[in-house]
Amino acid sequence: MIYLDNSATTSPYKEVLDSFYKVSQGFFANPSSIHYLGGEVEQLLTKAKEQAASLLNVLPKELIFTSGGTESNNLAIKGIALQHQNRGKHIITTQIEHPSVLEACRSLEQFGFDVTYLSVDIEGKVSPEQVKAAIREDTILISIMHVNNEIGTIQPIEEIAAISQQYPKLFFHVDHVQGLGKVPLHLAHEGIDLCSMSSHKIHGLKGTGLLYIKRGTSLYPLVHGGGQQEEIRPGTENVSGIVAMVKALRLTFDNQKNKIDEISKLSRSIRECLAADSRIYINSPKTGAPHIINISVPGYKPEVVIHALGKKDIFISTKSACSSKHSDESAVLAACGLEQSRTMHGFRISLSFYNTEEEINQFCRTFLEVLDELSDVMGR
Amino acid sequence: MKSIYLDHAATTPMHPEVIQAMIPVMEGTFGNPSSIHHFGRQARKLLDEARHLIANSIHAKEKEIVFTSGGTEADNAALIGIAKKNRHIGRHIITTEAEHHATLRTAEYLEKEGYDVTYLPVNESGRISIVDLQNSLRDDTILVSIMYVNNETGVIQPIEEIGAVLKEHQAYFHTDAVQAFGALPIDVDALGVDLLSASAHKIYGPKGIGFLYIRDNVQIEAIQHGGEQERKRRAGTENTAAVVGFQKAVDLVKKEGQIRNKEYRALKELFIQTLKKRNIDFEINGDEQFTVSSIVNISFPGTNVESLLTNFDLSGIAASSGSACTAGSIDPSHVLSAMYNREDERTKNSIRFSFGIANNEENVKESAEQVAQIVKRLTS
Repeated sequence: MIYLDNSATTSPYKEVLDSFYKVSQGFFANPSSIHYLGGEVEQLLTKAKEQAASLLNVLPKELIFTSGGTESNNLAIKGIALQHQNRGKHIITTQIEHPSVLEACRSLEQFGFDVTYLSVDIEGKVSPEQVKAAIREDTILISIMHVNNEIGTIQPIEEIAAISQQYPKLFFHVDHVQGLGKVPLHLAHEGIDLCSMSSHKIHGLKGTGLLYIKRGTSLYPLVHGGGQQEEIRPGTENVSGIVAMVKALRLTFDNQKNKIDEISKLSRSIRECLAADSRIYINSPKTGAPHIINISVPGYKPEVVIHALGKKDIFISTKSACSSKHSDESAVLAACGLEQSRTMHGFRISLSFYNTEEEINQFCRTFLEVLDELSDVMGR
Repeated sequence: MKSIYLDHAATTPMHPEVIQAMIPVMEGTFGNPSSIHHFGRQARKLLDEARHLIANSIHAKEKEIVFTSGGTEADNAALIGIAKKNRHIGRHIITTEAEHHATLRTAEYLEKEGYDVTYLPVNESGRISIVDLQNSLRDDTILVSIMYVNNETGVIQPIEEIGAVLKEHQAYFHTDAVQAFGALPIDVDALGVDLLSASAHKIYGPKGIGFLYIRDNVQIEAIQHGGEQERKRRAGTENTAAVVGFQKAVDLVKKEGQIRNKEYRALKELFIQTLKKRNIDFEINGDEQFTVSSIVNISFPGTNVESLLTNFDLSGIAASSGSACTAGSIDPSHVLSAMYNREDERTKNSIRFSFGIANNEENVKESAEQVAQIVKRLTS
């Protein structure tokens, strides 16, 4: 089995499962309970938050645990918009954000917010100048992802943060779900006010995420209730999921330090092998994140190719698992200005620290074979 | 010191079979249920099966179940979702003074948003009056939200009667069934509810997962936007393993529910009888004939919550006041305040004991003896 869909989700580390198991068995009490058992769990939670903060180089009180990346993005965007709408109702984002950012913005349009969706160049990049030009008197939020989930483009986050910093009324949110553990981000940069992360993209468990909220930044909660997590995110904390996420974070940062070059090497092999074939176009920029390679094979129906690869125990994807089911077209590739022969025929190969050279070689070989096999039916 | 856990209404330990059901999913079926390849489809299949069983358990259809991150989110999704969707029809909401904070705080938020909320009183037995409800209904009432079982007293509200009253009214009927689900048989049609919230970690399932039942044809405005998961009613990668754990917990209720209720009722009775034998001055809050088998709320005249809980804790007894705890001081219970009045001593000297899997005759008897001793010491 060769799993190359790590941007959709990853398999949890063994140590993550151990943590989950241990906490579920030994620390089951409700951390809000004031008895001894609750106190023990609360301590565990505090420790987990401190560890996460130290790994991310921020303060523990700047972190909120959520149910995942989608909730983190929604909380950041709606939370800022609702809390600070008296300052202005303009939001800046890009056309290639994750659906959880785009849809959160669209939902705010219903409530009178005005959203600018910045265009991107052929590599999927926005320029800091574009961002600067879009800022208005009533702009309260910029939300831009660090690494694009479909093509791996890395946005100039620090430069945008520096711009945002010049506007004290403005908040800057970064969706770091795909970048975490793969592409470094200086979270403590004064210009970054909010940042979303997800556990299951870094070999943690589904159902847990993080939102970094820079100290002093106030935002309106999405849900209301028992006052947990400074009332920003009430609800009984998913303690075992949280401890498991912090474990995954630590292991992932270790891997990032020691093994990111290996991913880059695998990435180069895939590019070289596939670029040599005239049927294939590489969509991901060379300067993008190493773990995501997006390609187009005009004339080949993505689902059919995916299915044929699946039969050979190889798993890649078309576009984002979260994108619309009603269209074959990749909205990200379309925003990059690519023609339909490419936007309708895109594939995403996404790597983890566990993929090997043999796997990659076998994938490349098999992928080309599958194209050959299918060329009679759909090739051109 | 060995603790005796009498706080099952706050949270429950995960049943060993629940953990056993989750581990293989986390290890082997980690795919993103939205992915179109084999890994995704396998995960999707597990979700479908779980949804089927859980829907069945309340006599609902699969598509009427929306998985959430827990009870708090489910309550919020119901109240905010209905309120926002129907704001052009009316802006009046009815709930009760004795709801969980997930409902109360959300209702308060909606008040700020321009909705008008009626908080029905409860009588000394802890129940609302149907006449009060009838008198409060208006032409612009769009939602009635009344909890099935109170989390502090275990008192059961006349949900079926309320459902019958609302049958002829446009208002949607939501019930927070977090404490009822697993303790009482639930048939959404017989109850006449349109929305119902439930949580897994109260029934030996994992934390971080719950569901909102939404009757077919009832529309809500989602609070979280993004991908098209859960029929666009709750975006975010589904927490497959937790859903499977939830399924197992529900399955166990199906098999053991009746036996459990009998056992818990007997343990509660044993606890009360032991206190009686020791000639302790105490009074049960709420009409016992209308309570679930696992919860009893007891007032100890001449004591106060803080010293009771501190002493219980020192003796290894984990119980709870059921009310919010802020910075070391304990506010009088809002539920008991609603039943009596704010000045009543019982709001400050009552403890919730809730029984479950961590209990047996021996430790319940022992804890009752300890409680008796402590109360005697504090009142002599």
